[in-house]
Amino acid sequence: MNIVVCVKQVPDTATERKLRSDDKTLDRDAADGVVNELDEYAVEEALRLKEAHGGEVTVLSMGPAKATETIRKALAMGADKAVHLSDDALRGSDALSTSYALAETLKKIGFDLVILGSESTDARTGVLAAMLAERLGTPQLTLANKVEVDGSAIAIQRVTDYGYDKVEASLPAVVSVVEKINEPRYPSFKGIMAAKKKPVETLAIGDAEISADQVGLASAWSEVVDFAAAPPRAAGTVVKDEGDGGVKAAEFLASKKFV
Amino acid sequence: MLGDEYIELRKTVEAFAREVVAPVIGDYYERCEFPYDIVRKMGAMGLFGLPVPEEYGGMGGDYFALCLALEELARVDSSVAITLEAAVSLGAMPILRFGTAEQKEHWLPKLASGEMLGAFGLTEPGGGTDVPGGMRTTAVLDGGEWVIDGTKAFITNSGTDITGVVGVAAITGRNGAKPEISTILVPSGTPGFTVSKKYSKVGWSASDTRELSFSGCRVPEENLLGERGRGYAQFLQTLDEGRVAIAALSVGLAQGCVDESVRYVGERTAFGNAIGRYQAIQFKIADMEARVHTARLAYYHAAERMLAGLPFKKEAAIAKLVSSNAAMDNARDATQIFGGYGFMNEFPVGRFYRDAKILEIGEGTSEVQRMLIARELGLGA
Ligand SMILES: Cc1cc2nc3c(=O)[nH]c(=O)nc-3n(C[C@H](O)[C@H](O)[C@H](O)COP(=O)(O)OP(=O)(O)OC[C@H]3O[C@@H](n4cnc5c(N)ncnc54)[C@H](O)[C@@H]3O)c2cc1C
Repeated sequence: MNIVVCVKQVPDTATERKLRSDDKTLDRDAADGVVNELDEYAVEEALRLKEAHGGEVTVLSMGPAKATETIRKALAMGADKAVHLSDDALRGSDALSTSYALAETLKKIGFDLVILGSESTDARTGVLAAMLAERLGTPQLTLANKVEVDGSAIAIQRVTDYGYDKVEASLPAVVSVVEKINEPRYPSFKGIMAAKKKPVETLAIGDAEISADQVGLASAWSEVVDFAAAPPRAAGTVVKDEGDGGVKAAEFLASKKFV
Repeated sequence: MLGDEYIELRKTVEAFAREVVAPVIGDYYERCEFPYDIVRKMGAMGLFGLPVPEEYGGMGGDYFALCLALEELARVDSSVAITLEAAVSLGAMPILRFGTAEQKEHWLPKLASGEMLGAFGLTEPGGGTDVPGGMRTTAVLDGGEWVIDGTKAFITNSGTDITGVVGVAAITGRNGAKPEISTILVPSGTPGFTVSKKYSKVGWSASDTRELSFSGCRVPEENLLGERGRGYAQFLQTLDEGRVAIAALSVGLAQGCVDESVRYVGERTAFGNAIGRYQAIQFKIADMEARVHTARLAYYHAAERMLAGLPFKKEAAIAKLVSSNAAMDNARDATQIFGGYGFMNEFPVGRFYRDAKILEIGEGTSEVQRMLIARELGLGA
């Protein structure tokens, strides 16, 4: 099975993240880049499927030169090779143009199964898997906490508010995973050393026949018009327990629509 | 400068220690329980095979890689670090260095995967520094088998559910007046080999330390590790390497003290300021940082010589001496900075304080390190 797993480098959520004042895009140099957390689960799932069914795992990442660190990590975990789509023209792409660029690249490299994390911790749109499936003309199986492949049939458990739905399709398909699906492995030293020798193919937009006028900041469908720093957190509400603390706490939660 | 692969390894172990060890280890420590689940995960990421060649199921790395992993683990907790250190440098390495092809094939894959732990029994109730003077354990050949009798004290990793083999140093004869010492591999569960209950320890509470007794314990003649009569020379080499590993572990603990202190002094206030604003506190932390930095350079240097095949006995002794001192001093200072909270087991510095002292004792006391350094300078009796 030819599995392609999409990984994205995101700014470390543990550090302060900010937008650039000039073009209002994310300042990717201001914070340490790490692998988007959910993508580690996607890589792990890809590796488990390969271990069970054979085949090959290719990492696909769209991002600046710095994203090679993220690609190396996925290779150190055990992926076989990588494709790095990197081009200045891609900077500022929104979800629609990102899905277009990735879909064109996927068509070029070929796949039986594409696995993604269900969202990234920076943009948090959570729509990429659906967009990719649409562009590639394949079934989409999103929010999976379990994936099973049997020949050309694929089934997932899709997490819902009330439990899960069982969703079945046939390959090729696009799957997005949630963090309950597995426990990602830590790379071993052997994996780290092997990753240095694994092939990483760097593609510019021309190499993947991506047209420049459909990607980048200029062709984004939405625009950040203005932004402001989050206001400092307001003082909390103090409820004094005068025998009715429980009721007051419940009223507070209800007012915030938590209960 | 470290190579990329070492930097990556260090980051990976740092993340593992933070994400997997830190949240749960205090609880294991409090209950004096061996953390099987953590050890299994350390095995899965290949830590037990770091310096073991790939043909024996290892990672094909080197001893320095092991040192980096020990440092990062000990920044968070020493019990798991010493479990790794003893399993690799005292359990697996002597088999890798001195074992026969059969012994290596039999033991190393299981030891390198962490599925099985190894231990090494040198110290006896009558003495750990004075070897062989304090050694009473004997092994006698009888009908193609070694018959072992004696007692070993304070043996790390020797009594866990996954311990598979203990290398036992024993007197196997005499060369004139001198005892002949050899090492014999004794599989766990061999009749006549009894593991006593755990010691109640001041620190390293989530690690396994036992007294072992051997009474007419019989193992095949082939279980001799390396040459007969070479046991003493073998473990001197093992201990030289082990000192670099213990130095790395000590540096980790000393660094953990700096990490915790820097964080805490920004949060804790007294007299209207964060206590980190007071120079008395800043100077303490500056001294702590200077100690850990110099100690790290000392162990990097010893490891570099060791890997280059140069003599490193003196450098290893210096690294062990200064880094265990640094650990002890930093633990004392960090506890002081934390005030009463520093004396509480639930704070990492409380554990650091309890775990630091053994570093000046195990794998050669600080006095022994000074003796070795003096001897290397040509000073001797
Ligand atoms: C938690 C723990 C784990 C351990 N794990 C292992 C293990 O896995 N395997 C193993 O074999 N051992 C292990 N040990 C034993 C450890 O290595 C010994 O405790 C150590 O070597 C010291 O030996 P001793 O306790 O017999 O002290 P002694 O040798 O009795 O020394 C007592 C004191 O006298 C000093 N001294 C001795 N001789 C001289 C001299 N000539 N000049 C000046 N001072 C001197 C020593 O430095 C020390 O301060 C462990 C110990 C502990 C506590």
